[in-house]
Amino acid sequence: MTHLSKALLLVCGLALAACSSDPRYAGGSVNGDGDGSVEADSYGSGGIGSSGLGSASDPNSPAYFQDRVGDRVHFTVDESRLTEEARETLRGQARWLRENPDFQIVIEGHADERGTREYNLALGARRASAAESFLADQGIDSRRMRTVSYGKERPVEACPEQRCWDKNRRAVTVLSGAAGS
Amino acid sequence: MTLLHRLAAAAALALGLAAQPALAQDGPLRIEITEGVIEPMPIAVPRFMARDAGGGEYADRIAQVIVSNLTGTGLFREIPREAHIAELTEFDAPVSFSDWRAINTEALVTGSVAASNGRVTVQFRLHDVVSGREMGEGLQFEGGEGDWRRMAHKISDEVYSRITGEAGYFDSRVAFIAETGPREEREKRLAVMDQDGENAEYLSEGMSLALAPRFSPDGDRLLYTSYEDGFPRIYLLDLRSMERRVLDEQPGTMTFAPRFAPDGQSAVFSLSRGGSTDIYRLDLRSGERTQLTNAPYIATAPSFSPDGARIVFESDRSGTQQLYVMPASGGEPRRISRGDGRYATPVWSPRGDRIAFTKSHQGRFHVGVMNTDGSEERLLTASYLDEGPTWAPNGRVIMFTRENPGAEPELYSVDISGRNLRRIATPVAASDPAWSPLRD
Repeated sequence: MTHLSKALLLVCGLALAACSSDPRYAGGSVNGDGDGSVEADSYGSGGIGSSGLGSASDPNSPAYFQDRVGDRVHFTVDESRLTEEARETLRGQARWLRENPDFQIVIEGHADERGTREYNLALGARRASAAESFLADQGIDSRRMRTVSYGKERPVEACPEQRCWDKNRRAVTVLSGAAGS
Repeated sequence: MTLLHRLAAAAALALGLAAQPALAQDGPLRIEITEGVIEPMPIAVPRFMARDAGGGEYADRIAQVIVSNLTGTGLFREIPREAHIAELTEFDAPVSFSDWRAINTEALVTGSVAASNGRVTVQFRLHDVVSGREMGEGLQFEGGEGDWRRMAHKISDEVYSRITGEAGYFDSRVAFIAETGPREEREKRLAVMDQDGENAEYLSEGMSLALAPRFSPDGDRLLYTSYEDGFPRIYLLDLRSMERRVLDEQPGTMTFAPRFAPDGQSAVFSLSRGGSTDIYRLDLRSGERTQLTNAPYIATAPSFSPDGARIVFESDRSGTQQLYVMPASGGEPRRISRGDGRYATPVWSPRGDRIAFTKSHQGRFHVGVMNTDGSEERLLTASYLDEGPTWAPNGRVIMFTRENPGAEPELYSVDISGRNLRRIATPVAASDPAWSPLRD
């Protein structure tokens, strides 16, 4: 609980909007000017705007994590193998998480819309797990991590085109103040 | 819901008039559903006769629902009212068959309705116009004012059943997911409606993400997946008390794809842990859990055979999604899908003779059926995204989700012959239909 309170304070202290009781972020991208406003692009966006991201110029801010470190990795069709690019992003995430030990993470696994619902849930779970295992290998305590699959239920962008499917096959590392509670 | 018993009791009360032997099984009027009907049978359903002032309220509406049900199957076509010659004034008067033959009617449904003090009583008879006699016995249904539609469905089921020799499916409901809001933040609510899209109601709040409801074998409960605690979990909803509970909550796992066993006392589902997804069985009373598959692959979408002895499911253990059958207690799975492409969401038919599935191949998605050993695969549909078949209680019609490119998901139904593809009207975008058993 001390972790939780401390992280909540941190998060709320930077908030532009009122802090809600839900400390969870949605994955989001910070606008270019780093003013802390976000574009909702992932599930949990009901909580968007309720927690501060800080400025992307502050290396310890969630905004920096999302924008500069990169909060997501992408996958090829029906694959959960991490590409070299994905590994590089996850190494960066691991570094940031080691330097910001108060943050917990939820890794969201997602699939594109070109599959059946149940299989995509399982595939998203596999993708989230691949990212989690990699972070664990990088020294992140497994107690700080949880995984969730959204299957094809939360696209970043929905369109019947390759460019959307490519974006949607992803694992997003979502920062949270609360430890697995 | 007490209506069920009253209706069931009333249905058994046949009008013992017109003492002709019932010829339901060997009468000349016959439609073989499995053949795929090319020429629908001409049927007339004149406005029901009102036996009292209150009955006039329902006389036309009941006939319309029956016509809609029967013509909706593609097995019947309506002889329109304007063409009718005969004047029907007395429910028990002899039918002037020549008047109906003159306009090429083969089957005729006559009925009467009375309504007073909040009670509606409906009577009907089915006539074989070709051979000039009644087909089966007349029946009477009784219920409350809100039950007239169900009574029309029960009459439709009787007519369908007497002519096709198959059980009907009109007096049934469909649970589904009602979808609103932008795709990226979609609200998906649990909902239920009559099989024809009427009487839709929500069963869960807004701001939720609910998936894939499944009816219990007696239709009184639903299993579904919901994200209300942030992770996919299976919930059991009692439709009588509207009480619900989460099943088998284990930290660090996700559970989804639930389905009842035929006895209604246990369920199978998928559980993901550490990237592997296996199939488990849960005793709903004791909470005892049994793992049925154990492999570092994906095993999901389990569905019982109606005798409860076997389970069909999908797995990517061969490298791509394929269908497998295993004993209900677990054990070595046997692959049954053999064609090209990926196979998913298998569902055993209530008759036990076929398995419906989703197939994706060369960028298209299909709903199909195959024998339980995988033979005689037949694709019934094709589109950008068809998925998630559910069987009508008689095993002759399949409903599924269709998404056209960039469009909202919709519900469609199709005969197992591949004919009569129809969209089911829903109040909002809809997915994941689950057909209930026939109601009592």
